[in-house]
Amino acid sequence: MRDFGYQRAHDVPGAVALLGADPDARYLGGGTNLVDLMKTGVERPALLVDVRELPLDGIESTDDGGLRVGATVTNSDLAAHPEVRRRYPALAEAVLAGASGQLRNMATVGGNLLQRTRCGYFTDLSKPCNKRTPGSGCSAVEGEHHNHAILGATAHCVAIHPSDMGVALTAFDAVVTYETVDGPGQSPLAEFYLPVGETPHLETALPPGALITGVTLPPAPVAARSRYRKVRERASYAFAIGSIAGALDVRDGVVREVRVAFGAVASRPWRAREAERVLTGGPATAEAFAAAADAELAAAEPLADNAYKVTLTRNLVVALLTELTEEAAR
Amino acid sequence: MAPSTSSALTLNINGEKHTLTVDHRTTLLDALRERLDLTGTKKGCDQGQCGACTVLMDGRRAVSCLQLAVAAEGREITTIEGVADGDRLHPVQQAFLDLDGLQCGYCTPGQICSALGVIQEHAAGWPSAATTDVRPEAGVPELTAEEIRERMSGNLCRCGAYVSIVQAVAEAARAEEESA
Ligand SMILES: Cc1cc2nc3c(=O)[nH]c(=O)nc-3n(C[C@H](O)[C@H](O)[C@H](O)COP(=O)(O)OP(=O)(O)OC[C@H]3O[C@@H](n4cnc5c(N)ncnc54)[C@H](O)[C@@H]3O)c2cc1C
Ligand code: SF4
Ligand code: FES
Ligand code: FES
Repeated sequence: MRDFGYQRAHDVPGAVALLGADPDARYLGGGTNLVDLMKTGVERPALLVDVRELPLDGIESTDDGGLRVGATVTNSDLAAHPEVRRRYPALAEAVLAGASGQLRNMATVGGNLLQRTRCGYFTDLSKPCNKRTPGSGCSAVEGEHHNHAILGATAHCVAIHPSDMGVALTAFDAVVTYETVDGPGQSPLAEFYLPVGETPHLETALPPGALITGVTLPPAPVAARSRYRKVRERASYAFAIGSIAGALDVRDGVVREVRVAFGAVASRPWRAREAERVLTGGPATAEAFAAAADAELAAAEPLADNAYKVTLTRNLVVALLTELTEEAAR
Repeated sequence: MAPSTSSALTLNINGEKHTLTVDHRTTLLDALRERLDLTGTKKGCDQGQCGACTVLMDGRRAVSCLQLAVAAEGREITTIEGVADGDRLHPVQQAFLDLDGLQCGYCTPGQICSALGVIQEHAAGWPSAATTDVRPEAGVPELTAEEIRERMSGNLCRCGAYVSIVQAVAEAARAEEESA
C-alpha cells in the first residue's frame, strides 16, 4: 500500500478545501471499499480526508413530504429508520440485502453510491482493464463475465455497479447533492452514473473533488407499497446476480402508477422506464408484467455466459409485481 | 508540503487508553494484534469477507481489518478480551461454551462480538433481510433461527459449526431477554 496522509474533516467547507488542494486525495467514509482497494493497490491516494465526523449524519423529512438523507448516515441507520421503512420500504430492504451487519454499520450512503465494481479483473493488477487503466483493454468481454452487464455496456467495459441501495434510490427518483470549492450542486441519480461509452473510468457526474452531502428522496406515495428482491449465489452475504426494486399502485386491477429498477444488469442501477410505460394504465396481470419486462429487456445484449440474466430479470419483474398486486388486494 | 504519513494517537480499548504512533496504513486489526498484544481478535481474509476480525466500535459491530487505526481514535473499542466481566464469562460466551458453538475456535471471537451486536440490534428493533415486513407497524421480528442465520451471515466458520452457533446465539438472546 502506498503511504498516505490522514486528516479528519470537521466541516464541509474544510473537507472540500482539503480535497481541492490535492488531486491525489480521497474522501474516506466507512472505508469498506476504499481501504480494501488500497490494500490491492487499485486505489493509491496520497491523502485521506475522513468525512465520518461531518455533520451529515441526519435523516429528516422535507417540507414537501420527502426525505433527506445525509451522506455519512450509515447503511444500518438508514435501514433502521422508521420513516424509511414506512415510506420507502424497498429502500430499507435493499440496504439490508447488502453486505453484512458489520459492514452496514461502517458503510456510509456516500461511499455506497461510489463503491467500485466487483469485476475480478478490475482488482487484478496483472490483467488489462479499461476502467482501472484506460486503454489497456477489457479482460471480461472474452473472459469470466457470468456476473457482468446485459444492458448499456460497450466493448470497452461490461462491468456492473454492485450497489443494492442505489437500485431502490433510482426507483424513487433520488437526487444526489454535493459540495465543491465553487459551491453546491446536485444530480438526479438517473443521470449521476455516466454512460460507459469509451470512457468506463469516468463513472459519475460529480465534479473533481466534490463531496457528496446527501441524497434527497422526493415524496412518492407509491413507494409505501414497494419491495426489493435480490438473487445471489448463496442465501446471504453475497453480491447480487440480479435484483429489482418495485413499487406498485393498483386499483380495480389496473396499474395506476409503477416504479421498477434493476440491479446487477448494468454499469448503473437500471431504471426500467420502458416497462413502467407499458404497464401504466394497463391490467395488473402476470402476462402484462412479463410483457413489460420483455419490452424493457428487448435492448439486452447478453455476453456468451450471462444470457441467464435476461430470464432471471424477467422472472424477478413478474414475481415482484405479482407479490405487490397480491399485497394490495389484501 | 507532503502530509505526514504517521500519527501519534490514543485508542480507547476495553475501557483502557493506549497511546501509540501508527503508520496510517495500519488497520485497527493489525494495531490490536501486532502493537497492543490483543491477539484475541483474529485475521481471516483481511478483506472484510469473513468476520473473524469483528470488534465493537461505540457498541456496534465492525470489521477491524477494513478500519484504519488512525480513523478509530476517539471511538470506544471493545474486543473479545473486554467482553467478560473479570472471570465471569459474558452470557454470550457461556452460551457458546455450553452449546458447543465452536470447533477449532478460530472464528469464535468474531462470532461472539458479532452475536453481541446482533442481540443489541434486535433489541433496538432493527429489521433484517430475513424480516418479512420491515415496516415499523409490523413490529419487531422474533429472533428465529432464520433471523439469526441472516444476521450472523457476516461471520464465516471454516469448521461449519453453524448449527450450534445459531443455537448459542438464540440461547444467549433468550437469557438476556429474561434478565432484562
Ligand atoms: C465483503 C463485502 C460484501 C459486500 N456486499 C455488498 C452487497 O451485497 N451489496 C452492496 O450494495 N454492497 C456490498 N458491499 C459494498 C459496501 O456496501 C460498500 O463497500 C460500502 O457501501 C461503501 O461505503 P463506505 O462508506 O465504506 O465507502 P468508502 O470505502 O469509505 O468509500 C468508497 C468511495 O466513496 C468515496 N466517498 C466516500 N464518501 C464520500 C462522500 N461523502 N463524498 C464523496 N466521495 C465519497 C471514497 O473516496 C471512495 O472512493 C460489500 C462490501 C464487502 C467488503
Ligand atoms: S468489465 Fe470493465 S472493470 Fe471489468 S475488466 Fe472490463 S473494463 Fe475492467
Ligand atoms: S479478517 Fe476482517 S473480515 Fe476477514
Ligand atoms: S470453529 Fe473453526 S472456523 Fe469456526
